Amino acid sequence: MGFFLETIIAGLMNGVLYSLVALGFVLIFKASGVFNFAQGAMVLFAALAMARFAEWLPEWLGFESLLLANVLAFAIAAFLMLIFAWAVERFVLRHLVNQEGVVLLMATLGITFFIDGFGQTIFGSDIYVIDLGLPDEPIFILEGLFPGGLLINQDDLVTALMAMAMVALLTLFFQKSGTGRALRAVADDHQAAQSVGIPLGRMWVIVWFMAGLTALVAGMIWGEKMGVQFALTFVALKALPVIILGGLTSVPGAIVAGLIIGVSEQLAEVYIGPMVGGGIQIWFAYVLAMVVLLFRPQGLFGEKIIDRV
Amino acid sequence: MSKKKIGDVILDVHNISLRFGGVKALSDISFDVREHEIRAIIGPNGAGKSSMLNCINGVYKPQEGSITFRGQTFKHMNSRQVAEMGVARTFQNLALFKGMSVIDNLMTGRNLRIKSNLLLQALRWGPAEREESEHREKVERIIDFLEIQAHRKTPVGQLPYGLQKRVDLGRALAMEPQVLLLDEPMAGMNVEEKQDMCRFVLDVNDEFGTTIVLIEHDMSVVMDISDRVVVLDYGKKIGDGVPDEVRANPDVISAYLGTSH
Amino acid sequence: MFYRENGQFKTNYKSDQQIFAVKQDRIAIIALIAFAFIGVPLLADEYLFRAILVPFLILALAAIGVNILVGYCGQISLGSGAFMAVGAYMAYNVFMRVEDMPLIVALLSGGFFAMLAGIIFGIPSLRVKGLYLAVATLAAQFFFDWLFVRVPWFTLDNPAGIAAVSNLSVFGWQIATPMDKYLFVLGFVVVFALLAKNLVRGPIGREWMAIRDMDVAASVIGIRPMYAKLTAFAVSSFIIGVAGALWAFVHLGSWEPLSFDINRSFQLLFIVIIGGLGSIMGCFFGAAFIVITPIVLNQLLPWIGRLFGVEISTAMVGHAEFMILGTLIVWFLIKEPHGLAKYWSMARHKLRLWPFPH
Repeated sequence: MGFFLETIIAGLMNGVLYSLVALGFVLIFKASGVFNFAQGAMVLFAALAMARFAEWLPEWLGFESLLLANVLAFAIAAFLMLIFAWAVERFVLRHLVNQEGVVLLMATLGITFFIDGFGQTIFGSDIYVIDLGLPDEPIFILEGLFPGGLLINQDDLVTALMAMAMVALLTLFFQKSGTGRALRAVADDHQAAQSVGIPLGRMWVIVWFMAGLTALVAGMIWGEKMGVQFALTFVALKALPVIILGGLTSVPGAIVAGLIIGVSEQLAEVYIGPMVGGGIQIWFAYVLAMVVLLFRPQGLFGEKIIDRV
Repeated sequence: MSKKKIGDVILDVHNISLRFGGVKALSDISFDVREHEIRAIIGPNGAGKSSMLNCINGVYKPQEGSITFRGQTFKHMNSRQVAEMGVARTFQNLALFKGMSVIDNLMTGRNLRIKSNLLLQALRWGPAEREESEHREKVERIIDFLEIQAHRKTPVGQLPYGLQKRVDLGRALAMEPQVLLLDEPMAGMNVEEKQDMCRFVLDVNDEFGTTIVLIEHDMSVVMDISDRVVVLDYGKKIGDGVPDEVRANPDVISAYLGTSH
Repeated sequence: MFYRENGQFKTNYKSDQQIFAVKQDRIAIIALIAFAFIGVPLLADEYLFRAILVPFLILALAAIGVNILVGYCGQISLGSGAFMAVGAYMAYNVFMRVEDMPLIVALLSGGFFAMLAGIIFGIPSLRVKGLYLAVATLAAQFFFDWLFVRVPWFTLDNPAGIAAVSNLSVFGWQIATPMDKYLFVLGFVVVFALLAKNLVRGPIGREWMAIRDMDVAASVIGIRPMYAKLTAFAVSSFIIGVAGALWAFVHLGSWEPLSFDINRSFQLLFIVIIGGLGSIMGCFFGAAFIVITPIVLNQLLPWIGRLFGVEISTAMVGHAEFMILGTLIVWFLIKEPHGLAKYWSMARHKLRLWPFPH
C-alpha cells in the first residue's frame, strides 16, 4: 500500500510539471488560436539560457553566490523569452493571421527547428547543469499513517511546490487581472476584441511571453532533475497528450489532465511495464489520450465543436 | 408558360422541433411539399429557415417530430441516405470546395453514381477511364446550362461571388436530384444576377421537373416564382398557402413590419 | 514561343483529362524518364547514386504517401516515420522468415502491414480533427518506436536489436552496385507515382479533397467521410510502408528504429510543405531540396567561414541546417503555401508567354 501511494505521489509530482507546460500551450491557444508545437523547444531554450548564464555570470562578474547567479540567470533568461515572444509575433504570427490551424501548427514546427539550432549555436550542445541548491536527501512523510512512512525526494517536493505556485499564479492572472480579461476576450473573438480597442499584436506578445515564462520555470525544474539536454524537448512534448485529454481551451482541464496523465503514466510503468518489457511511458500517455479522444473528441473539458454550415 | 402538373406530396414534415441547448430553433413545424412544385420558405432573419433545411438534409437532428419522404418516415435523416434518395442542396454560405476547380466541384456531385473501385482508379484503365468521361459529359451539360464554360478549370476560390453561387447550384444539379433545397440562392446578388438565377431555377423546375424548396428573402422573387409558401417566425409556422394568401395574412405582415409580440 | 498550346485542341474528354494535357509537357516528361533510366546511369558516379539519387527517390516516394494524407485529404499526421518503420520491419520479417521469398513481394507486404497500421491509427480521424488528430498520430509514432526496440521478434531476436539484409536480387538480377539500387528504386517510384497520380485525379481524389476543404458539405453530397478518410490513411500508409522498406533494404542495408523516429516524420512533413501540399510533382521538388541542402551547406558554410577567418565545425553546420530549415518552413508558409510546385507552375505560365512579358 505504501509503495502504491509513493507511486501515486511520484506521478502527481510529474503531473504538476506536465500541467505547467500544458498551461503554456493552452494560454497560447486560447489567446491566439495557435497550437504552439514549439513549446518543447522553448523549454529547452529557456533552460539552456538559464544554465549557461548561471555558469557564465559568476565568471564574468566575479562573485560566488549560487543564489545570486541563479536569480540573475533566471531574469536574463526571462528577458530572452520576452525578446523571443516579440520576434515570433513580429516575424511569424503577424503574417499568418488568417490561416487555418494546420498552417499555424506547421509554422510552429518551423520555429521549433529554428530555436533548436539557434539555442545550440549560442549555448552549446553538451549536457548542462542547473543547480538550484535544493536539499536532495529523501525524507519520510506521513510516518504516523504508514509504518516507516512514505519515501519522497525533497527536491521533487520543492519543485512540485514551485510548479504549483506558478500554475496558481497563472490561473489567477488569467482570471482576475485586466490583462487577463483582455486575453480572454482575444481568445473568444479576435475581431470583437479589436473593435473594443484591444491591441491584438501586443496581446500576442504578452501571451507568448507568459508561455515563455512557464517554459522557463518548467525547464528550470526539469533541467535540475535530469540535466539540460536535448531530450528535454521530448519530455516537454509529453504535455501534448495532457492538452488533448484536458481539452485545448481549458485551463482547469490542463491542470487536472496533467495530474491524471502523470499518475496513470507512473502506475502503468510500474505495474504494466514489467509485463511488456518496460519503457512504456514513452507512448502510454499518447495512447491514453487517443483512446479518450475516441469517446470525447473535444477532450474532458474542452468545448464541443459545432459545425455550422 | 405551360401549366405544369403538380404531383402528390413527396416530402412531409411533421411536428419538427429543434433545440440548441436552451435555444429553440424550431417549434412544432409541419408542412408538406408536392412533387414538381416550387415551395418557398420565408421569414425574418433567425426564423429557423436554414435550420429547417438542415433537418431535412440530415445536418441537424431534431429532438421531436419526423420527416416522410416518398412514403418512408424517419425520425431524423442521415446525410448520405438523403443524398442517395435524391435530395440535393445549396448552402447559404457556399460550402464549396475552394481548392478544387469548377469541373472537379461539379464532379464531386457525381460521386454517388461512380462505381469503379480503388484499384481500377489507380490503373485508370478501361472502365475507369470510360466512366470518368461519361460523368464528365453530364457535368459539361450542366456547365453549358449555367453558362460558366469559361471558368471550367479555375479554382473555385478565385471566382467572384455570383459565379460561385452558380457552381454551388451546379454541384447540386450534378446529383440529378428529385428534390432541390436552395438556401438563399440569390443572397448578395445584384438585379441582373438575380434574374439569371431565377431563370436557372425555373428552367430546372420546368425541364427536369425537379421539386424545389427555396429559402429566399426577396419578396418579389418569392411571389413571382413559387407555387406555395411557408412562413416561419421565431421558429414557429405563421403562414402556409399560395403566395396571394400569404401576402394578405395579417400575422405575416406584422412579423415583417414588426408589431409588438 | 516553344511552349504554346495553340492548335492543341482536345476532341474528346479522355484527351482533356490526361495527366499531361499539353503536348510539350508530355514530351518533356517522357524525355525526363528516359534520361533517368538511360542517361543518368551513364553520367552519374557512385557517390551521386548512393548519397543523393537513391535517398532522393525513396524520400519522394514517402512524401507522395504523406501528401495524399496531409495535402489531398487534409488529415495532419505526425507519425509517418512510424509507418515507414512498420513497412521496413514487416518486409524484413516476411523476407527472412519465409523461404525463397521474392524481394518485390516482401517489399509490398511491408506496405500491406503498414496499411493495416495506418487504418488502425487512422480511426481517430473519424471523430477527431486537426490539432487533436496530430497528437493522436504521435501516439502511433511513439508506440512503434517502442515496439521495435522492445519486442525482439521484429529483429529476429538479434541481440543488438539491429536488422540487416544482403544479397538482394530480382528475377536473377543482382542488386549490388549503387547503380543497380538506383534503377531498382527508380522503377518502383515511377510506377507508384503514376498510380498515385491516377488516384488523385479520379473520383477518390476528389473525395479526399472534398473532405479536406469542407467535410460537412461533403457528406451532404453523399461522400462518406469514413470511407474517404480511411482510404486516405490506407493508401498513404501503404506507400509510406513500401518507401520505408526500400529505405531499409536498399538505402541503409542495416538499420535500427532510430532511422524512423520523429525526426523522420518531421522531415517528411517538411518535404511536403516545401514541395507543395496537394501536388505529386511537388514531392519530388521537396525531396530534392531536403536531400541536397545539407550537402550544399556542408560545403558552403565552412567555405564562407574561412572567408571571414572563422572555423565552422560540422556540429555548427548541423545547427545551421536546423535554423535554415526552420526559417524556410516559416517563410514558405507565409509567402507561398503551395510550395515549390507553385513556383514551378508559375514558371510554366511565364514560359507560355515567352518571349513576351504578358
